[in-house]
Amino acid sequence: MGVTQILFWILSVVALFSALMVITSKNPMHSVIWLIIVFFAISGHYLLLNAQFLAIVNIIVYAGAIMVLFLYVLMLMDLKKETEPKKNRWLKLAGAVAGGSLLLVLIAALKKADLANQFAETRTGDIGLIENLGKVLFNEYVVPFEISSILFLSAMVGAVVIGKKE
Amino acid sequence: MQIDYYIYLSVALFCIGIVGVLTRRNAIIIFMCIELMLNAVNLLLVAFSKMHHLKNAAVNASAGSDGQLFVFFIMVVAAAEVSVGLAIIVMMYRNIHSVDINFLNRLKH
Amino acid sequence: MKNVLELSYLIPLFPLIGFLVIGLGRKYLSKSLTGIIGSGVILFSFLLSVWIFFQVKEGNSGVVEYFNFISAGSLKIPFSFQIDALSSLFLLIITGVGFLIHVYSASYMHHESKEHFARYFSYLNLFVFSMLLLVMGGNFVILFIGWEGVGLCSYLLIGYWFKNSEYNYAARKAFVMNRIGDLAFLIAIFMIIAKVGSVSFGDVFSTEGLEKLAPSATIITLLLFVGATGKSAQIPLYTWLPDAMAGPTPVSALIHAATMVTAGIYMIARSNLLYSLSEVTQNIVAYIGLGTALLAATIALKQNDIKKVLAYSTVSQLGYMFLALGVGAYTAAVFHVMTHAFFKALLFLGSGSVIHAMSGEQDIRNMGGLSKKLKITFFTFLIGCLAITGIPPFSGFFSKDAILLAAFEHDERGKILILYSISLFTALLTTYYMFRLLFITFTGKFRGTKEQEHHLHESPALMTVPLIVLAVLAAIGGFVGIPEVFIKGGDKLTPFLSSVIATNHHPVSRSTEFFLMGLSGCLVVATIIFTWFRFKNYQPKEQKGFGKVLENKWYVDELYDKIIAKPLSKLAAFLNNFFERFIIDGIVNGVGRAVNYSSRQLRLLQSGQVGSYVLLMVLSILLLLLYQFFIKK
Repeated sequence: MGVTQILFWILSVVALFSALMVITSKNPMHSVIWLIIVFFAISGHYLLLNAQFLAIVNIIVYAGAIMVLFLYVLMLMDLKKETEPKKNRWLKLAGAVAGGSLLLVLIAALKKADLANQFAETRTGDIGLIENLGKVLFNEYVVPFEISSILFLSAMVGAVVIGKKE
Repeated sequence: MQIDYYIYLSVALFCIGIVGVLTRRNAIIIFMCIELMLNAVNLLLVAFSKMHHLKNAAVNASAGSDGQLFVFFIMVVAAAEVSVGLAIIVMMYRNIHSVDINFLNRLKH
Repeated sequence: MKNVLELSYLIPLFPLIGFLVIGLGRKYLSKSLTGIIGSGVILFSFLLSVWIFFQVKEGNSGVVEYFNFISAGSLKIPFSFQIDALSSLFLLIITGVGFLIHVYSASYMHHESKEHFARYFSYLNLFVFSMLLLVMGGNFVILFIGWEGVGLCSYLLIGYWFKNSEYNYAARKAFVMNRIGDLAFLIAIFMIIAKVGSVSFGDVFSTEGLEKLAPSATIITLLLFVGATGKSAQIPLYTWLPDAMAGPTPVSALIHAATMVTAGIYMIARSNLLYSLSEVTQNIVAYIGLGTALLAATIALKQNDIKKVLAYSTVSQLGYMFLALGVGAYTAAVFHVMTHAFFKALLFLGSGSVIHAMSGEQDIRNMGGLSKKLKITFFTFLIGCLAITGIPPFSGFFSKDAILLAAFEHDERGKILILYSISLFTALLTTYYMFRLLFITFTGKFRGTKEQEHHLHESPALMTVPLIVLAVLAAIGGFVGIPEVFIKGGDKLTPFLSSVIATNHHPVSRSTEFFLMGLSGCLVVATIIFTWFRFKNYQPKEQKGFGKVLENKWYVDELYDKIIAKPLSKLAAFLNNFFERFIIDGIVNGVGRAVNYSSRQLRLLQSGQVGSYVLLMVLSILLLLLYQFFIKK
């Protein structure tokens, strides 16, 4: 069991556990915290795969900006305790069953696939480096890049317009 | 690291996210679970990009960078989406003072 | 010289144009213009028919094909005309008598409004067109088109005064009875197609065609005959004809005396080769014809409506024609069609003249002594009566005698003189009721109202001239068929028709023929004298006993009503109340209710609850994946 494997398992367990806690916490604030932990675990996975740029961006953007935004909104709601009344038990069960069966089906389907002996390169590989990614981004994907800036613009405008007082 | 493990992990996270969406009633929590799903997908994409890189590194030096760039763009979109989505939720809260999605049955009409 | 005959399409074309022009322009054309157009087109057709007749007489006859009407698989039905002796003869009768009746109508119907006057003439032209199609058709299908067309026009014209619901019932009755016959006709056509593969007369009546038809000849000819009974008012489908007198009198003259009712005779004469194959059918035809002749004659004895007497007389005379067909004397039947057209049209138009003079009165019990004021009408009517009863040298004598002779010849083979004796007896009945009609109407004292008496006047020229022309024809029309015993080669008709009609002659001796003629002649004269004494001072009285039965037409209509009409309407009512309401409406409404219910259930799906939407999405994805990965191989 190499270091890689151990790290992988630890990170996976953390991620999964935190995810479960996200969906089962009564207090929404707690859900937010658990989600942040999930993001950190995912970033850890990225680092393991030597996708340095993405790992950092994940933390900065997701855990740093998006989750903070969530926190702001939550605090705005001032939901101390979970105020939602008992959700319909059967619906909850149905949801869980649906999700669970989806999981099972996907795993079963994937088990049939001929994937063994394909490896993901861990801890090495240049492509995750910011320099190389940048080269590809600005050479081949420059148009989507520009368009995404327009996307941001529209999102900003949209958010402001929606949020106006009157 | 066999690609299988990454796939199973990613699928598991995704399904957990789905269960979260189905099970919770708080709109914000649901939103967060959607982010969880997106992240699961991101992880899978990165794993596959590394797999491709491993296979084709001799041929093409930047063989798997597409995957990671795609993840980048997904994050871009997710950020935009979150901002707009939260704005809507705030509006909803302003009108009905609750974020319970069961009150959002305006689509009935 | 085929191309000359190709112009024969003009003959039905003119009446068709007349129909269209008058029909479409009925609000704009003046009455005189309508009358001129309506009669003029028939005159054109008549002149063309005369020319065609001479062409055929010189031997130029044949089939003219215009275009392909129906082509389905191996079955080819062309729109073709067959111009030969039989059709050209009928053409002359239809257009000639038709023209006279058109002229007569222009005067008779003059008190109708402009629109209705035009409507009348357009229907009349359409009728002539259909009848021409019927007799000129080169195959059974074109014949049937004309057959249906005349049935339609008959309906339209009987119910001409549509505001009267009684007349509408009469028109409907005529149409429905015709239809029953038409069904049989159609089945026969289908069988012919099945057996021979073609409907053209040339193919069907060729030796090969007849060979193929021989095994089922009986059933086909029977079905054709049923069709003929509907159209030509024989037992059991005859009751519509007396009721059809609801229409204007010229209509009765044209359609129900001279032309439409003879369509059945034409059809059977055309198919004579087929009928010769089946003795069973021939016997049936003969006996039904005879029975009808007798039955109708008995009813006519006690009728009091001048047109009804003539209607039953028509049915009776048609029975004679069918009798002739049944014993194989096809030429005699066609001969009688011709002479009957003359004298029956004459009689009807004459009665129209009487009705016109009596300001619409049709009951002969209120007439009498009209001969003084209506001289021309009386004289022509008298000639008509003499013709129909078979007094030489009028036309009816020759044609009726030919039929009686044929009946006798047929009987001789079986050794029982049943056909001859009954037909002779019926002839005497004919004499009795016709002269009864004549005497009651025209002689004796006038029994009508003072107002009617004041109004009595002879009809205008447009009405009397056709009467005179028809009277002349009724008088001399028989000379084309003088039997051999009088003048050698005097019978011009049989050789003329021999190209179409196969004659099988079993001659009787000359002396027998003279004896028969003499016998019938004497008996007829005796009957006339008897009738004269009976009716010269007629006073209407109530009928009792057997007379009452005859007056009420043997209660046949009531019988039909009881056993057919009422049960049918009961069945229809039952079907309506039970079947329609519960089952069919139930199903239809049930479908509506089911949709309603399911839509309400389905609506619940659109709850607006985002949560359930997502659940459904997930479930569907699940199913898709299952299918994709595990079920699809």
